Amino acid sequence: MSAARVAIVDYDAGNLGSVRRACQEVGIDAQITMDPEVVLHADKVIFPGVGSAASAVDTLHSRGLFQALTDFFTSGKPFLGICLGSQILLEHSEEGNQDCLGLVPGGCEKFDYKDRSLKVPHIGWNEIEISQSHPMLKNVQSGDEFYFVHSYFTLPKKEHIVATTYYGHEFCSVIAKDNLFATQFHLEKSGKKGLAILDAFRDWDGAQTC
Amino acid sequence: MLSKRIIACLDVRDGKLAKSVKFVDTKDIGDPVEKAVEYYDDGLDELVFYDITASSDKRNIMLDVVEKVASDIFIPFSVGGGIRTVEDASRLLWAGAEKINVNSAAVQRPELIVECAHAIGTQNVVLSMDILKVEQSRDLPSGYEVVINGGRKRMGVDALSWALRGEELGAGELVVNSIDADGTKEGYELTLTRMIAEAVSIPVIASGGAGKPEHLYEVLTEGKADAALVASMVHYGDYTVSGLKQWLHEKGVKVRLNH
Repeated sequence: MSAARVAIVDYDAGNLGSVRRACQEVGIDAQITMDPEVVLHADKVIFPGVGSAASAVDTLHSRGLFQALTDFFTSGKPFLGICLGSQILLEHSEEGNQDCLGLVPGGCEKFDYKDRSLKVPHIGWNEIEISQSHPMLKNVQSGDEFYFVHSYFTLPKKEHIVATTYYGHEFCSVIAKDNLFATQFHLEKSGKKGLAILDAFRDWDGAQTC
Repeated sequence: MLSKRIIACLDVRDGKLAKSVKFVDTKDIGDPVEKAVEYYDDGLDELVFYDITASSDKRNIMLDVVEKVASDIFIPFSVGGGIRTVEDASRLLWAGAEKINVNSAAVQRPELIVECAHAIGTQNVVLSMDILKVEQSRDLPSGYEVVINGGRKRMGVDALSWALRGEELGAGELVVNSIDADGTKEGYELTLTRMIAEAVSIPVIASGGAGKPEHLYEVLTEGKADAALVASMVHYGDYTVSGLKQWLHEKGVKVRLNH
C-alpha cells in the first residue's frame, strides 16, 4: 500500500512546522500546503492553527480553502482539527460573530473570569475526561493531560462532544462528528500523549467506531 | 484542573549548555539538546533556552540548537536572549520554538512587544523581567526595579508597573526573575512573585533562587505563580523533574504526573 497523502492546511495561522515534525515522529509524512486542490485530493487532512478566527477565516476564503475544506469533509475522509482549527469548524465564533465553516453545529465563546485567580488565555497542561469512546482516543484515557493555549472554547451539541476539560467550568476539549475529529489542545506539543493521538490518526479510516 | 508547570531553564553559550550564578562565572556543563531530551523523557512540562552567546556572529548556532530540539521533543519551548526585532523572533519560531522571550530590548523599546505580539501572536510572546529589590521611592513605588543586560544596568523603571505595561502591550506570559535570589538556592522571591501574579491576568513564571523542592511548593502556593523555573537544581543531578513533581503532588499541588 502506498503511503497516505496527508495535507497540513496552511492559512497563515501559526507555526505548522511543529505539527509536521510531530507527524514525522509517528510515521506520518505530511505536506504543508495552501493549495485547495492538494487539500481536496489528500487522503487525510490536518487543520491546525493559532490566532484569531476572523483573520483565519478571511485567509481561508482568499486562498479558496474554505470551500476545499467543506468539500473534503463531505468526501468522508479523515479530518483532524487542532486548536483554532477546531474552533473554525463550528458555525460561528463569538469574536466579531464571524461565520465559520459550519461543519459542526454550534459556536464559540470566550473565557470570562472576573477574578484573577483564573488567567486567560488558559495556558498549560490540563486533563481530559472522555465522555464517548472514539477510535482516535484508543491510546489515551481520562485523566491524561494535554497542552492548551486558548481564550475561546467551543460549544457544540452534546452528541458531538467526546471529551471535556475543567477550567473554571467544564468545556468541550474534543469534538467528533462523522469523519471529523478535533482537539482544543495542541497534539503536537502534548508530549507522548499527544503523539499517541496522532499515532491513532495514522491508522484512522474516518469511521466513528473501531 | 490546570496543572502547575515545571519549566527547566537552559542557558546556552555558543551552542553549549552553561549555568550562570549571579550572571557571572559561567561554565559549560553539556549539550543542550541531550539535556532537553533527558528532561522531556522525565516528564518536564516546558523548556526555556536563554542564548547568552556574546558575539552576534555566532547567533546562528542557536538556530541549529532550536531545530534539533524541535525535532526531538514535543512539549512547548521558548527561546530568549538577544531578540531585538520581529525578524529575530520569527527566525526562532520558524526554527521550531513555540514562544520567544523578550527582555532587555523590550525595556529599551517597548514597541517590540507590540510588534512581536502582532507578528507571532500574543500567546507566543513571553516578557522576561530581571528585577532587583530597592528602596521604595516615588519613582519605584513597588520597591522593585527592572534591570537589563543580565542585571548590570538599572533602568529606573518600577517592576510592577512594567509588568502591567507588558501585559497591556501584548505579552502572553511573564517571567519574574529575581536578581537577588538568582543562584542563591535559598528560594524564590515570594513577595515579588505574588505581587505581580496578583496584579496581572496573564500567567506568571517564577524564576531565580530554587534550591529545594520546598521552594517550588512555596512559590506555587504562597507566591501564586502559575509555573516555576528550575535550573541548577536539576542540571547537576541533585533532583530529577519527575522526583520534584511527585514530591509536589504529595504536598497537594496539581502537577502533570502521567506523561
